[in-house]
Amino acid sequence: MKKNDNQAYDEFIKGIWRDNPVFVQVLGMCPMLAVTNSAINALAMGMATFFVLVGSSFLVSSFRQWIPKQVRISCFIIIIATFVTVADYTLLALVPKVHKELGAFIPLIVANCMILGRQEAFASRYPARLAVFDAMGMAGGFLLALFSLGAIREILGDGALFGVNLFGENFEPWIIMILPPGGFLTLGVILLFFNWFKFKKDEFLAEVAEAERSGR
Amino acid sequence: MNAGANQEAQAPGPLRLILTLAIAGLISGIAIIAIYESTLPTITANKARELREAVFKVLPGVSRMQQLVFRNGELIAAELMQKGEQAVYGGYDQQGEFVGYAIPGAGPGFQDTIGLLYGYTPEQQQVVGMEVLESRETPGLGDKIYKDEEFVGSFSALSIVPEIIAVKKGDKSQPNEIDAITGATISSKAVVRIINETHVEWSERLPPPGSEPPLVESDSPGAGN
Amino acid sequence: MDNLPWIFISALLVNNFVLTYFLGLCPFLGVSNSLETSARLGLATTFVMLVTAVCAWVLNTYVLIHAPYLRLICFIVVIASTVQFIEMLIKKLSPALFRAMGIFLPLITTNCAILGLAIFATNRGYGFLEGIVYALGAGIGFTLALVLLAGLREESELSNIPQLIKGTAMNLIIAGILSMAFMGFAGLFSST
Repeated sequence: MKKNDNQAYDEFIKGIWRDNPVFVQVLGMCPMLAVTNSAINALAMGMATFFVLVGSSFLVSSFRQWIPKQVRISCFIIIIATFVTVADYTLLALVPKVHKELGAFIPLIVANCMILGRQEAFASRYPARLAVFDAMGMAGGFLLALFSLGAIREILGDGALFGVNLFGENFEPWIIMILPPGGFLTLGVILLFFNWFKFKKDEFLAEVAEAERSGR
Repeated sequence: MNAGANQEAQAPGPLRLILTLAIAGLISGIAIIAIYESTLPTITANKARELREAVFKVLPGVSRMQQLVFRNGELIAAELMQKGEQAVYGGYDQQGEFVGYAIPGAGPGFQDTIGLLYGYTPEQQQVVGMEVLESRETPGLGDKIYKDEEFVGSFSALSIVPEIIAVKKGDKSQPNEIDAITGATISSKAVVRIINETHVEWSERLPPPGSEPPLVESDSPGAGN
Repeated sequence: MDNLPWIFISALLVNNFVLTYFLGLCPFLGVSNSLETSARLGLATTFVMLVTAVCAWVLNTYVLIHAPYLRLICFIVVIASTVQFIEMLIKKLSPALFRAMGIFLPLITTNCAILGLAIFATNRGYGFLEGIVYALGAGIGFTLALVLLAGLREESELSNIPQLIKGTAMNLIIAGILSMAFMGFAGLFSST
């Protein structure tokens, strides 16, 4: 049981940082950049995607024995589309204002390559428990990525976070950040940081290896 | 996980494939219908509430409303619209007396389509309120058409004869003129243009003042207060 | 109501599907390293968009009036079938073209731009003609964005770019600048 627990934890953590779907795998970006013009929108979209991914992974993994290989993609899409429709109507009923902001991008969760990718790469091959942890990790990483994007864009472009004004009257907001170019630029700069981070880490590891070779 | 075992199993026949897809589709359909039916009352109520709020905003003094559909050459009170028909909303006061129309309009703004609702009193031929329902104008500039209280507020007691004209800020002198927003001239003028164009379309359909459709008292608790 | 020239120019330039709505980013960032491939993919996508727009309108008018909640699933099925059908068609008519397109054809299925087109057109209540014009504008706009980025990437291959920036980060920043440039098209249709 201990080993199983560790493995589940591993699957969860890898989605948050090491294999973060947005920043490392660069997946599932399509309509996601459009909804990150404010922190609350990003959060709502992240949670909707979380629901869809975990739900679909659970179902796909539970029924993986019965889904024939030839029609698996179609089955995955049917399952995912069902969850998305459920999420769409639930949001419309519970938080119509947020739903209006997200607009047509909620149904577009279906086209999120990350969700289909997880079903194909993981959920259809592993037992339900691991699949759910993997889904939660990926969706969690996605949520974090979306939230950071949304928060940065809202703080710089509106001077606020969650609608709460941060800098007072004299702050001249950088409007471009909440417009489409801001989305591209923010993600580009964040990826730049990830690249730099990886670069430094590789450098460090190379130095350590070098030191070990010459030192010992 | 067990590649060997899979290779031994036969490839499933087409019947099995179709059956799997059919079952998946069926379960999916049931789930979707279930969520739709269960959220429908809330969604309908939300929509109705939003509409009422918008109509009450653009027609001051109104506490009851009904939908008026233009059908077969005349304006009649109707709950449901048929395809291709257009409708406005009639606003009535507490006693059921007609106050004015709330007319929806839409058209291209600076960035994308602007959707709005304006209140109109036929006796004075005045616009008494304006509410932007949909807009994707530039944040900080064009979005002032709904964020600038002065601009939105200037749509009260605005004469629509012969048409509304947007002038440079401070130049307003006539009862049918309105100050445009500095830095958002195009968006402001778009709002004015949309109202003018919508009104040209509707003024032929509205009955002469005094003969507006009366408030239909319905049994359903939804209409009215 | 929206008129046809506005719908076309809006989808093509002012509200470009890729640079304003962030749709179709997967192929935009993944495939745009070759000018020729980008142009071909753009054209194929435009064609699928046209077919999708027509099917979406037919579905909406005759079927989905009674069952709006089935919209999403129906659209996806239509898109997947259309791409499958076009794949078979191209394979039969021109095997050379089929080989050249390779894996890009199935990729069109997961292109959010096509699903986005269907959903947007439905939400805005576009009729038959408006839907077609919208699809044309969106498809050509998508092709335009792809070709622009591909051209810039091909050029940048010849320059000295620091290793740090190369890759998706650079493409996104270029896309951001392109998006800013396209913002200049706003106000194209305003009659002052």
